[in-house]
Amino acid sequence: MPIVIALVVLLVIALGFVGWIAGAYNGLIRLRNQLENAWAQIDVQLKRRCDLIPNLVETVKGYAAHERGTLEAVIQARNMAVAAKGVADRAQADNVLSGALKSLFAVAEAYPNLKADQTFLALQEELTSTENKVAFARQFYNDSVMSYNTQIEIFPRNVIAGMFHFTRREFFEVKDDAQRNAPPVKF
Amino acid sequence: MWEQIRANQRRSAVLIVGMVGTLLLLGMLVGDTWAGPDGIVLGIGAALIVCGVQLGIYIAGAEALLLHGAFAKELKRDDSPQLFDIVEEMQIASGLPFLPRIHLIDDPAPNAFAVGSKPANSAICVTTGLLHRLNRDELQGVIAHEMSHLKNRDVQFMTLAAVLLGSIVILSEIIVRTMRFGSRSRDRSESRGGGQAQALILVLALVFAILGPLMAQLLSFACSRKREYLADACGAQFTRYPAGLAAALEKISQANVPVSFAGKATAPLFIVNPLAADGESAGLFATHPPTAARIKVLRGMTGASFAAYDAAYRQATGRGIIGTESLRADAPATIRPAAETGPITTRREVRDTAYRAHDYVAVHCACGAETNVPAGHTADGITCFRCGTALPIPAVAEALAGTPATAPATATPLAYTRTRPGWESFRCACGQTIQLSPSFAAPQVRCPGCDRIIQIS
Repeated sequence: MPIVIALVVLLVIALGFVGWIAGAYNGLIRLRNQLENAWAQIDVQLKRRCDLIPNLVETVKGYAAHERGTLEAVIQARNMAVAAKGVADRAQADNVLSGALKSLFAVAEAYPNLKADQTFLALQEELTSTENKVAFARQFYNDSVMSYNTQIEIFPRNVIAGMFHFTRREFFEVKDDAQRNAPPVKF
Repeated sequence: MWEQIRANQRRSAVLIVGMVGTLLLLGMLVGDTWAGPDGIVLGIGAALIVCGVQLGIYIAGAEALLLHGAFAKELKRDDSPQLFDIVEEMQIASGLPFLPRIHLIDDPAPNAFAVGSKPANSAICVTTGLLHRLNRDELQGVIAHEMSHLKNRDVQFMTLAAVLLGSIVILSEIIVRTMRFGSRSRDRSESRGGGQAQALILVLALVFAILGPLMAQLLSFACSRKREYLADACGAQFTRYPAGLAAALEKISQANVPVSFAGKATAPLFIVNPLAADGESAGLFATHPPTAARIKVLRGMTGASFAAYDAAYRQATGRGIIGTESLRADAPATIRPAAETGPITTRREVRDTAYRAHDYVAVHCACGAETNVPAGHTADGITCFRCGTALPIPAVAEALAGTPATAPATATPLAYTRTRPGWESFRCACGQTIQLSPSFAAPQVRCPGCDRIIQIS
């Protein structure tokens, strides 16, 4: 009889342990999926911005063709952003493009005809909003990375994370302090 | 970021279980006072049926009922692209897996609320008074607050609490009224003997019937207040700009315009209690915390994370608000600089949007006046209220003539030469009046009536 009780107790403990492992594993998977969704959202917004830029450049060309330098900088930054691979590269290219766009909109201030153009206004509004969305997507991604990295490092979940090869993820951020502290340009 | 919801859910589960317990106990008492010990099961059944019917009504159409009662109209992206951008931004920031619909209510009182028992029919409602009063940052704060109500499932919880509370109130009413008028059953049981036990049960039932709803109400209001604070914390965390939400709350509570469509049942849904004119109703029976206290906490934040909110709350009240689990998983967040853009729309624009959403037709007169004609208007024309000119209503005239009045878009471009620098208006070949503002500088304009391009020189 005592043997039976001991067996039952052991079985309950084993089941509890397996249940805990399953719960922790599922929790990690959920966090990782959320992270990947957040990354996809950044990707969507960045792609959207890159799609808007050729139109913007064409529109600006119609009014301010001799602002060659600014226009070329934007096109180059866009092409770099399209070609960039990996989290850190992407973040860097994205930031350069943001800077180039800001100077383009600053240049547009000098052309009243351009500023009154409906296409230009619509594009400017859309790009400003996309810029915001990129920022919020990045914020959500970084928060997700933060909580994911914490989860896979604290004991006892780190054991499960190690067993199933959950690895640390990079933050989407810019290392360059000068760029991070760039003053916002107002329209 | 998600654990704080879990801690919140545990407390809410306790409340719901307590309410269900109260409900069943009241059902038992109803059965007992009506039919003696045999009626207990019957009473429980009756309690469950009362609750089930109410729940069914809520799930089937609470959103539609509420939105309809408030004369809310769903907006399309074209109606207010910037409002849609703000909502999309906050959806991305909150990580909500679906985009709620946006409804506009034509009401001068600034307020907002979120509804939705499931993603498909969740919606965020704003009033016209809110849209033209708040700047972009403030509006973003309000939308973030509502988004976190959706994300934290506050709407479902408050609905369930309201259903249970309603059922408890109904049952306790039944008991109290049976006691007062139904003395026959008591006489009968006393003549049967065992009257003492029966009398004790009756006294207990009466006390419970009076106190039960009161306790349930107090507890659900306490939960509602806590959820408001948590939604503020999430709002600050999503926008990274607590001052925006604080300024919005200030403007909403200082507007001092009563919300015309809010009732006692819908009051807990709003961002600021619409029934308290100054938003300052405090105490145990308030559905919202005092707005001044919420603003003080938001203004006292030194960062934008949950930890910063908790610290500010601790400083204001001496207690914490966010569970330790969530604080441990909290990411540090700094406050972003202000966007410094004004309101996304003017009072006039948002009024026109509301008119359009309600299917009004704008009829323009050559004198510059604009008349909004309701959709049901059957006459084919109106007289301009300013100059008295007879004007046709385009849609009605079209229907009467049976042919579209618009010219093909490929018609040759017309030309118009400007005569003076100020406001100017001219008539397109299709009869549409086109106005040019003093700041108009583009080389061409598209006629809103027939879509043809008119060169301006």
